Amino acid sequence: MTESTERTGPLVELRDVKVHFPVKSGVLFDRTVGYVYAVDGVSLSINRGETYGLVGESGCGKSTLGRGLLRLVEPTDGEIVFDGTDVRSLKGESMRKARRRMQMIFQDPLSSLDPRQSVESLLVEGLKAHGLAGDKAATAKRLRDTLAAVGLPASALSKYPHEFSGGQRQRIGIARALVLDPELIVADEPVSALDVSIQAQVLNLLEDIQNDRGLTYLIIAHDLAVVRHIADTVGVMYLGGLVEEASSDDLYREPMHPYTKALMSAVPVPDPQVEDRRERILLAGDLPSPTNPPAGCRFHTRCPWAQPTRCAEERPALREVLDGHRVACHYAEDIAAGRIRPHEVEPELVRPDDGAAPGDTGELIPTP
Amino acid sequence: MSLLDVRDLTVVFQRRGERPFTAVDKVSFSVEPGQTVGLVGESGCGKSVTSLAIMGLLPRRGNKVTGEVNFDGTDLLKLRPDDLRDRRGRDIGMIFQDPLSSLNPVVPIGIQVAEVLERHRGMDRKAALKEARELLDAVGIPDPNRRLKEYPHQISGGMRQRALIAIALACKPRLLIADEPTTALDVTIQAQILTLLKQLVDETGTALIMITHDLGVVAGLCDTVNVLYGGKVVERAARHELFARPRHPYTHGLLSSVPRLDSPRGERLHAIRGSVADNIPWGEGCAFAPRCDNVVDACLEGTPPLEPTATGGDLRCNNPVSEEVAVP
Repeated sequence: MTESTERTGPLVELRDVKVHFPVKSGVLFDRTVGYVYAVDGVSLSINRGETYGLVGESGCGKSTLGRGLLRLVEPTDGEIVFDGTDVRSLKGESMRKARRRMQMIFQDPLSSLDPRQSVESLLVEGLKAHGLAGDKAATAKRLRDTLAAVGLPASALSKYPHEFSGGQRQRIGIARALVLDPELIVADEPVSALDVSIQAQVLNLLEDIQNDRGLTYLIIAHDLAVVRHIADTVGVMYLGGLVEEASSDDLYREPMHPYTKALMSAVPVPDPQVEDRRERILLAGDLPSPTNPPAGCRFHTRCPWAQPTRCAEERPALREVLDGHRVACHYAEDIAAGRIRPHEVEPELVRPDDGAAPGDTGELIPTP
Repeated sequence: MSLLDVRDLTVVFQRRGERPFTAVDKVSFSVEPGQTVGLVGESGCGKSVTSLAIMGLLPRRGNKVTGEVNFDGTDLLKLRPDDLRDRRGRDIGMIFQDPLSSLNPVVPIGIQVAEVLERHRGMDRKAALKEARELLDAVGIPDPNRRLKEYPHQISGGMRQRALIAIALACKPRLLIADEPTTALDVTIQAQILTLLKQLVDETGTALIMITHDLGVVAGLCDTVNVLYGGKVVERAARHELFARPRHPYTHGLLSSVPRLDSPRGERLHAIRGSVADNIPWGEGCAFAPRCDNVVDACLEGTPPLEPTATGGDLRCNNPVSEEVAVP
């Protein structure tokens, strides 16, 4: 492999990854009575130096997929290829060594940092585990450099997590991942526990670090606006499967899967003029249980565009509909061309004010 | 006359051996009948404590509430606990953030809705359950007959929030206080609940106080918005005015630090520097001064007053953002 293809090629490839959790029941014997199909056949690839954003609502399996990638939960099936090696075939020591190259940032910095460990001890722990803490002077420099990279003073080393604010704690969490000089960082809801003013600081920081070090990110979040801002490619998950994947701009400009359309239209925009004019697609009901997902397309039970044929019987594959825009919907082209109209009665299409003419599908977010 | 008129509401938390902490500092605002008013701010700005103080739901010990909360001419802070209980639930309803912890886990949903009707409208159980069924239907809970007998854990988060709204609206209150009603919910469910709230407010003419950290929620819902920082109102404006021309550097900073679905990509976010830990006490100046880009000498010389603006709002700032500066 030449140097140049190595730089641009995929760092991570997932092929038909499944994570099923058994549901146990019984008094004396744990019988498996069913499975939670948390992740059910996801294929995606993340290019080197890029940010892949995974969005979806709670219970869609996005966090499980991120953990599955790092084998923090053991995938049931599928292939996880990291830089040419199948991670699932690695055992014991070789897996542990591989983990240095893939690190994780968690949602809640307070519960993911040991309250009784000082920042120094938190950071050194990883280095020691990978045999990188041999030289004292070099280690001290490494710690200082890492803290500087996340915008914390060197004096932070001797402090404990409770002495920091939420945003600073998240910086410590980022420093802990960075200190091992990884190639991939999986960040599970890195900013959702933070206030908006702090969110922006942490998002900017993540971008700066990526620019400096050429890191690859998998960012998992429920906030579409955050993911769109930071990610190059976005994948939308629903009930254990990827329903749409496109570049961030394309996905926003033309969401093609009905679920993505609904999700986009539901995100409130801090602009009253936009809010007053926007069309909102309200989904009927709640997410079905992942233990018993609907047959066929998993979204057909709530889909305003569902058709009597195929949708309930055949699970749509994720296929390339436009260049680089993959959608798992049988009727993606027909919906985009307006040949299929959303159902009228249930689930309903609600407009905030009935200003627009009937039949006018409108824009999800009108451009000013 | 305003339906609710809050004057100089102050809440001081006092614990033995610790310095008293002023969570809400002379907050004043009013709510007209049928109006939706937003209280916006980040964690620790005092928005939830304000609502709890209005409802008289703060713990009896460890805090001091002063000021006036005039609801329809009566000062709620001066009412005896019994009289307050009569009004709470009947005249004022409240919806909390986490529907699972605000519903009783061992009582069926139907009984919890009926209880309110029995307590405040003197109905018997049978009539109350019948009405409860209708209420659940009105808030969009499918198959209400079956849900009446179910317990909170048996229904989804969105449905629980609907049940809570049904309880809050059972007595057709004139004022509804919603404290982060959609924060625990997914966006598509949030859209359902917000649409429902908007509908109910339009239909029943209930006034609504919406407490949230999410500027997007406010943008689509509130007539007037109060922005709180460090326990004080720093800016108050009509919805369109506030979002088009935020004058307080904090409001401006908040609006430009959130990534928006419809803004161009690839630009850096304009973060507000520092955190609330950097705040200085209001007595010494503007609490926001250490984080503010517009800071001038006057900001460190006592509390800036809340002054009316030309556009009918109020502003607490010595050096506001110029009206020409748009949010990026």
